[in-house]
Amino acid sequence: MQQVVIANRLTDGVVVFLGRNRCWVESLDDCPPTEQTDEASALLALGVKAEEEQEIVGPDLIEVASHQGTLVPVKMREAMRARGPSTRTDLGKQAGN
Amino acid sequence: MYEYDEFDADFVNQRALQFGRQVESRLSGKLSEDQFRPIRLMNGLYLQLHAYMLRVNVPYGCLNSAQMRKLAHIARVYDKDYGHLTTRQNMQFNWIKLSDMPEILLELASVEMHGIQSSGNCIRNITADEYAGVAAEEIEDPRVYCELLRQWSSLHPEFSFLPRKFKIAVTGSEKDRAVVKAHDIGLRLHRNENGEEGFEVFVGGGLGRTPFIGKSIRAFLPTEHVLSYCEAILRVYNQLGRRDNKYKARIKILVHEMGSEAFSELVEKEWAEIKQGALALPQAEIERVREFFAPPAYEALPEEDPDFEAQRKAEPGFALWARQQLAAHKRAGYAIVNVSCSPVGKPPGDISSAQMEGFADLADTYNFGEMRVTHNQNLVLTDVRKRDLFDLWKKLVALGLATANHGLIGDTICCPGLDYCALATARSIPLAEKISERFADPERQAEIGEIYLNMSGCINACGHHHVGNIGIVGVDKKNTELYQLMLGGSAEEDASLGKILGPGFDEDGIVDAVETVINIYIDMREPNEKFIETYRRLGPEPFKDRLYGAPA
Repeated sequence: MQQVVIANRLTDGVVVFLGRNRCWVESLDDCPPTEQTDEASALLALGVKAEEEQEIVGPDLIEVASHQGTLVPVKMREAMRARGPSTRTDLGKQAGN
Repeated sequence: MYEYDEFDADFVNQRALQFGRQVESRLSGKLSEDQFRPIRLMNGLYLQLHAYMLRVNVPYGCLNSAQMRKLAHIARVYDKDYGHLTTRQNMQFNWIKLSDMPEILLELASVEMHGIQSSGNCIRNITADEYAGVAAEEIEDPRVYCELLRQWSSLHPEFSFLPRKFKIAVTGSEKDRAVVKAHDIGLRLHRNENGEEGFEVFVGGGLGRTPFIGKSIRAFLPTEHVLSYCEAILRVYNQLGRRDNKYKARIKILVHEMGSEAFSELVEKEWAEIKQGALALPQAEIERVREFFAPPAYEALPEEDPDFEAQRKAEPGFALWARQQLAAHKRAGYAIVNVSCSPVGKPPGDISSAQMEGFADLADTYNFGEMRVTHNQNLVLTDVRKRDLFDLWKKLVALGLATANHGLIGDTICCPGLDYCALATARSIPLAEKISERFADPERQAEIGEIYLNMSGCINACGHHHVGNIGIVGVDKKNTELYQLMLGGSAEEDASLGKILGPGFDEDGIVDAVETVINIYIDMREPNEKFIETYRRLGPEPFKDRLYGAPA
């Protein structure tokens, strides 16, 4: 199982992922998943720390899978967060705004 | 409409400034998320799937044009150029930045608006009949009492931390457009045998995971006691409502578990102690508030307007719209205009900044500068001269607000669902879009006739699916959206809860299932029989048999 840490950025609520170099990034493309349980726990701990430091809100581990060469969340709810509303494809990450 | 006095204005301004400081404290780390969450919720700010969501109160659905322009401004500058009309007659914005909130609240305060008590375990925005003050069959204008209740419930020190949220609705007509029987407290203004005005009081109604129709606990409450009686109800609830289990904390569970008679006895006992106290409303105070809702300067007009009749004959599109969207006004020569915000294939209740501004202009030109938001996620102009209707219609067409589907299958109630909401388990808006597309033909919709289709993306029922004639609720089954179909609900004076028909359907299957239900209704209805009447006559079997196969 591949996992990443998801959260909302504190200042604007935008969905972010814990990416390379322990930076919060807006796209899953910039976010290498882990398959190791220990590493996942360590990443989540970083998320909790970032919440304590007013960077993000609500860190959570989610499952992701490779789909046509792109990483997507397995759960529909998180897929919606990673993409934007399905009913307004002109808005959110899917539209780059 | 009601205008703030110095106290109101100062309170809302101070609250905006206070929340600004609280946001600063949050951003600087003086407040943790756990400490900040209840504070932001008390100001109407949620954290949803994509961003923060701000819910702005529209007291009992009444807005003026300056307020609508301010909402348009907020949508354009601070959000993504649109807002969403809610089933509590409010407007919410889906893409708000926390760091913008101090400015936004000051902007709102400048037009007498805020998000206070639009979330949290407190008394929420009071809702009312959207035709209040103008409906031909109205007994009394409910807005007077809504405003008194608003003032009483705002920052009420005893009721700021209730076991759970609390919703009150008021109607002043026989025809219930305010869903009073699905509220924690529902108030129905009527006259007793002596011709005196008073309220029938319902308690313990509600939807969500455990739906109930409200029980009548008092047939007649003199209007001057409305605050003290509501206070007595809230006191009993506040003391006995469960706080150990969120899902059993609403007043409906308390009323159901102890029985409405026992509950009523406790309320009457409490009320006897306080009814002559500070909350008894002097007639002068009722009259003072009533003046805010005095009728506008109507002209003396004949009931029929010859131009209006001629324009309907000449322009079929106008005739169709006029047939569907107008309601009878108490003044001759005027009409109530329902403005649909559920266009074919679009999200119900979404309205762009440009539409808001254009609509505010129309309210200024044709409707004394005021407008209403409905719990069906639409808008209403309450006071339009019949001779202005044709011009108004042309301008509504240009704004994309002239869909003629009021009370028809395309005019759905629909929650934001999994496209936006952190609680949702399935999407609801795409379904509403597909259903309105399937039934897009106006003639077909008219042939089907009056029907209410409500849908929610989870069991919390923000889309009122239990009281739709056809209700749909989306659930998550092994990471796939599954939609359950229920029939027989009603939100009106004959309120009833729909019953689930059988196993759920996938996204395409549910649209087909709705069409099958409609076709059965058309085949089996008696002349002039509405969908709900046919369903009540036949029961669920014919629908079940066709959808799932007759039992062997």
